[in-house]
Amino acid sequence: MSDIISKIGFLQQGPFAIPRWEALFANIDVLGRGALVTLLVSTLGLALALALGTLIGMMSASHVRPAKAFARAYVEFFQNTPLLIQVFMLYNAIPILYPGLFIPVIVIGILGVGMYHGAYIAEVVRAGIQSIGRGQLEAAISQGFTYVGAMRYIIIPQAMRIVLPPLTNQAVSLIKNTSVIAIIAGGDLMYAGDSFAGRFGHYGPTYIVVGLLYFLMCFPLARLAHRLEVRTRGN
Amino acid sequence: MIELVGVNKHFGSHHALKDINLEVPSGQKLVIIGPSGSGKSTLIRCMNMLEKPSSGQVIVDGVDLTAHRAPIAKVRQSVAMVFQQFNLYPHKTVLENVSLAPIVVSGVSKEEATESGFKYLERVGLAEKADKYPAQLSGGQQQRVAIARALNMHPKVMLFDEPTSALDPEMIQEVLEVIIDLAHGGITMVVVTHEMGFAKEAADRVIFLDDGNMLEDGTPEHFFENPEHDRTKLFLSKILR
Repeated sequence: MSDIISKIGFLQQGPFAIPRWEALFANIDVLGRGALVTLLVSTLGLALALALGTLIGMMSASHVRPAKAFARAYVEFFQNTPLLIQVFMLYNAIPILYPGLFIPVIVIGILGVGMYHGAYIAEVVRAGIQSIGRGQLEAAISQGFTYVGAMRYIIIPQAMRIVLPPLTNQAVSLIKNTSVIAIIAGGDLMYAGDSFAGRFGHYGPTYIVVGLLYFLMCFPLARLAHRLEVRTRGN
Repeated sequence: MIELVGVNKHFGSHHALKDINLEVPSGQKLVIIGPSGSGKSTLIRCMNMLEKPSSGQVIVDGVDLTAHRAPIAKVRQSVAMVFQQFNLYPHKTVLENVSLAPIVVSGVSKEEATESGFKYLERVGLAEKADKYPAQLSGGQQQRVAIARALNMHPKVMLFDEPTSALDPEMIQEVLEVIIDLAHGGITMVVVTHEMGFAKEAADRVIFLDDGNMLEDGTPEHFFENPEHDRTKLFLSKILR
């Protein structure tokens, strides 16, 4: 067995060599802690993105001009600039604008992915609302519902069934995008992997395992999105 | 009960309603007739402000709905509308459809709204469908549920916007019978329809709209037997063969 291994060159030396794997598994708890941070940022970031996305999506679908204009500006700004730059700006601009205000990097990460994916979710929510026939809103309004009441009781519950699959896909993207907080030393899975690998050059095994851990977090959600999509089409 | 004063409505360059003056007293059964595109749907939709007039006043139950910050949502609670496409809430059961707005909008208790909702479902002959979803009902049944939903708001006015136009011919009668039955009560009713038989039987006033103008205004007898305008005679000759 060891005879065979000794003949396979890339396991002897280079980025994927056996000693590098051994070093990684001896320190696997580092990646475990990083994964927990990623889960935390993902969960809270998703909650923020959903809240912002629903609100801004409703504003975007409304006919109230200032609300609509604000929603459009928000969506265009966050969709058309890189998340990396947004997070960098949050991290570096807040201490200048508000000297003395200390915000933990994890919170910056949550704000970053939350606001960024909030813009994408707003577009999903807007499309969902607009896919519900105008007659539904008119029926509700004619019964004395306010716009917000009609949204809450009539339109959003119907739109929800349609937007659930694309929303789940957004959650998958959000988990992967939390990796940008590595650039501000976020302590997340990407950062943990990066800093461990960088110390001794164990990039090969580390990136494989880090990738696998992201996969384990995202794949169940992707499957869920697929199942929801089949169910929506079934109706 | 409803008063329109100098109402105009423009859609872009299209002048859909031209200086409409109309007063509907409490308890009246008004039928609006006219060719398609004549503005009759726009007219009835102005009565609950689903269309906002470009100029003029809409006064319902003493409240000027065109005034700044008018309590439109409040007034709409007592002005129920039945739509051509039914517009039932597909994610709610039949019973929930009729009781949702009374509970959420009017603040009626759930027990009370459910009980009265059931009573109105009985009245339109659909009590046994209370737990079904709209998609499980025929078009005629859905429209009868929509009428029960309107009634459960205990409205002062009922607006019907072509209530039978989307129905298969064999279902028109079951819906008309319910509306005729309601017309025997004291409620104020405005009905846009192509059903001339209904107009003759249930209306106590008919107006005829053509190209945004109100050409005729009188009793059904006046309208069907000696209309004033040639345009009306032409319309009637085409529709009553």
